[in-house]
Amino acid sequence: MSASVLYDAPGPKARIRNRVYSVIGTLAVVGLIVFAVLRLNAKGQFAPEMWEIFNYAGVRTSIRDGVLTTLQVFAVASVLSLVFGVLLAVARLSDHKPVRWLATGFIELFRAIPLLITIYVLWVLFLTYRTDLGLTGDSTGFWALVIGLTVYNGSVQAEVLRAGINSVPRGQREAAYALGMSKTQVMTTVLIPQAVRAMLPTIISQLVVTLKDTSLGYVITYQELLFQLQQLASNTVVNDDNPYIPVIIVGGVIYIAMCLALSSLATWIERRGRRAKTGIPVADAAQPLAAADALDPVDQPGPEQAAGKTG
Amino acid sequence: MNVLLDHLPQFREGFLGTLALTAASAALALVLGIIMAGFRVSPIPPLRAFGTAWVTLLRNTPLTLLFLIAFFVVPQIFFPGTSPFVLAMIALGCYTSSFVCEAVRSGINTVPLGQAEAARSLGMSFTQTLRLIVLPQATRTVIPPMSSIFIALTKNSAIAGAFSNAELFNVSKLLSDKGFPIGWIFLWVALCYLVITFTISGAFRLLESRLEVAR
Repeated sequence: MSASVLYDAPGPKARIRNRVYSVIGTLAVVGLIVFAVLRLNAKGQFAPEMWEIFNYAGVRTSIRDGVLTTLQVFAVASVLSLVFGVLLAVARLSDHKPVRWLATGFIELFRAIPLLITIYVLWVLFLTYRTDLGLTGDSTGFWALVIGLTVYNGSVQAEVLRAGINSVPRGQREAAYALGMSKTQVMTTVLIPQAVRAMLPTIISQLVVTLKDTSLGYVITYQELLFQLQQLASNTVVNDDNPYIPVIIVGGVIYIAMCLALSSLATWIERRGRRAKTGIPVADAAQPLAAADALDPVDQPGPEQAAGKTG
Repeated sequence: MNVLLDHLPQFREGFLGTLALTAASAALALVLGIIMAGFRVSPIPPLRAFGTAWVTLLRNTPLTLLFLIAFFVVPQIFFPGTSPFVLAMIALGCYTSSFVCEAVRSGINTVPLGQAEAARSLGMSFTQTLRLIVLPQATRTVIPPMSSIFIALTKNSAIAGAFSNAELFNVSKLLSDKGFPIGWIFLWVALCYLVITFTISGAFRLLESRLEVAR
């Protein structure tokens, strides 16, 4: 239902009323923003000196390092989580009961536990056994973050892929078996390519979640972007005050720009897939919220249901 | 086993803290999300734009950054002396409201066209159409995604523990700082979360079957 169905085309009276509401609404929003800006200004957060900190090379380097570290964690974690996700999805669809149970249990467990707790526990474990594992300095935090993200996002990607594999028309599998292909061949050359094509928007949306979750490194004091920003803000004193607002505005813009770029890629692929006439329905670009649909007894969710239908 | 038995009060407090935080921010997210969904389909362009901006911004911001804003900016500048619970509730509620808004909006889209058209031809206004006709019928399709949203919210509430809220992550952090074996703590905390998430999904499934209409 498009929005316009909910109300009539405005007549002369309604047009005036809508205009009045528009003015009131705009005033309310603008008023809120002005109030916030005034309060912040009164605290001196918009003083030129506060913003001058971004002219210093040290500040710029630390922000750049933060962005690079975040991207590095994101790159390693996303590649690992995709590989892990494929393995788990295949294991969950395996013909051997123990393998299937193991994969199901693993996926359910790690999807139900907050990612933060997984990362924290891994961090403590790595710190305890760091000499045995050969980890030095920063790499403890790095691997705790990467492996935590991999385990959690891999489980979610596995569910997404499984939904995709199940949404491939049954005839495809039957035809492949009829041609005499082995199980591995059917999976790798027929089912997974079609599943990936159908689920690509959802997979990329989950990568956005991975990117956002790299900020959990802040809690285990790993030097990613958010931690760098916080350190920067609390170690700098300008006019007897910390430049929290400038730093948060700059950092927020960086984060939002990175995530928006990735999620618009997902939306673009979704639109492109809808246009193509391959007969493979393409899932929503909505971020899969995880957890609930795995607990569902329904065994074959279509791509639409698996995506959580949030968009 | 001993970790749990010796520290039962802490675990209970953490469990209740997680429950309270989840419930409070779920209520906030529900109210904000439905209002924002109303904004996004309203005939007034500025409100539509505001709703869209709200959803786009909040969905693409890491929750940890929102927590940072809530804990370092809000108390210093706007409302000094706000308790950490309320701050965590604001951060979680606002973040989750963007997901609720999208779920409600796609629920509105599933209500058959004829319903809204009939309401309009009876002379109902936009708010009446939405409130009396469309939203009640959208409820049924909104419930399954809502269950996953609230489960995600439960898990996200762990981040509040990192900002010194008394809840389950906080408990595990404190106990592991005291040197108790992390494996056992992890197991018990995981069990607590499993209890909460299974309860939520069970409750929502019950709600779903209650609201189900024989077609």
